[in-house]
Amino acid sequence: MDFEVIHSYMPLYIEAFILTVKIGWAGIAISFAVGIFAAFMMHFKVPVVSKIAVGYVELFRNTPLLVQLFFIYFGLPKIGLSISAPNCGAIGLGLLGGSYMAEAIRSGLSAIPKSQEESALALGLNRRQMFVHVIFPEAVSISVPAIVANIIFMLKETSVFSAISLMDLMFTAKDLIGLYYNTTEALFLLVVFYIVMLLPVSILGSVIEKRARYKTLGA
Amino acid sequence: MGFEVLLKGNNAARLLGGLLAALRISLVSVVISIILGVLLGVLVTLRRPVITAIYRIYLETVRIMPQLVLLFIVFFGSTKALGLNLSAESASIIVFSFWGTAEMADLVRGSLAAIPVIQYESAASLGFDQVQTYRYIIVPQIVRRMIPLSINLITRMIKTTSLVMMIGIVEVLKVGQQIIEANRKSSPNAAFGVFATVFILYFLACFPISRFAGYLEKKWEN
Repeated sequence: MDFEVIHSYMPLYIEAFILTVKIGWAGIAISFAVGIFAAFMMHFKVPVVSKIAVGYVELFRNTPLLVQLFFIYFGLPKIGLSISAPNCGAIGLGLLGGSYMAEAIRSGLSAIPKSQEESALALGLNRRQMFVHVIFPEAVSISVPAIVANIIFMLKETSVFSAISLMDLMFTAKDLIGLYYNTTEALFLLVVFYIVMLLPVSILGSVIEKRARYKTLGA
Repeated sequence: MGFEVLLKGNNAARLLGGLLAALRISLVSVVISIILGVLLGVLVTLRRPVITAIYRIYLETVRIMPQLVLLFIVFFGSTKALGLNLSAESASIIVFSFWGTAEMADLVRGSLAAIPVIQYESAASLGFDQVQTYRYIIVPQIVRRMIPLSINLITRMIKTTSLVMMIGIVEVLKVGQQIIEANRKSSPNAAFGVFATVFILYFLACFPISRFAGYLEKKWEN
């Protein structure tokens, strides 16, 4: 391993890392919005919309991100819907993650026993207060492990962005291997940067999981 | 809209052939993962500190490393570091089995840990010996818990094999690209039709399997 090479590659990797993290977290933000919306539609069985939500969830859970990105990035422009590569990455990731988030939150909501709802109403809360202060917080704390797993899954999935010519970590590594044959150094930095990106989330995730479990037990 | 391209020549058959190439890789990897994963999962429940430590590191590696990164390491790194010349297909089977084994081992370990001690004690008090306890009490319960989860692993494996195009295997996306390139002049909008078809093909491959897993899970939950 040649540390001079590593040193000279650093700026490229840092730039790629920032891009990957930015798009990754933008995608995660979208996935929360989409996921919560779809989960509510499915939970409250809103006519028509809930059917669409179910279709969306099944479609995106059963197809790979790479295929979704190819369709959005190369396919949609042909019917007049052009999206830039970074936006496409964030939207694709957001739609994929949204379907997983929807499933996680929906199953959290459906796990809340009926008695919680009835007790809240008996205590004089109205339906909105019941949902905002009782049902939703409980559902989220049940869903936390699944949500954390989904976030890690989505950050890992960012690795396919290079396929739509985004200059992310994978793209940089592949490019450098192709140009200079410093395979060991390029792959080493790739691994290091993915560890930097994911290990804190993984550790933080298990801490949050423990706290969330404590909250449900304490309630 | 570019769907007509698929009716030309044997384009539709080629696209399906590409999907089969991906499915074959995932099938081989799933079989290897299940065998190795069950062995490793049982091994971990023996609670030997060394095994547990190695297992934790292995699991965390698989948990945070994207499969594509592992694929790059094995495919490009093995040539450089070991002088091996792995074909792209064997590299991907190695990586997916490495990943699947970890997932499977964790499922086995989790299901074994979820069986309450009282089950073992009751079996012992009813006069079952060690082998009989596992044969008649523990294994049937584990299998019921494991089968739906293993089926889910199959769909995840199928979805993950879409990555192999990135190391040069000609699978369904790659065939799609070739078809689009070849018909650039005659049908400029082929990208929409072809990639929409690939999208649907993956869905058709995975949806029935995940539905079946969901059905078994419901049926066997007590």
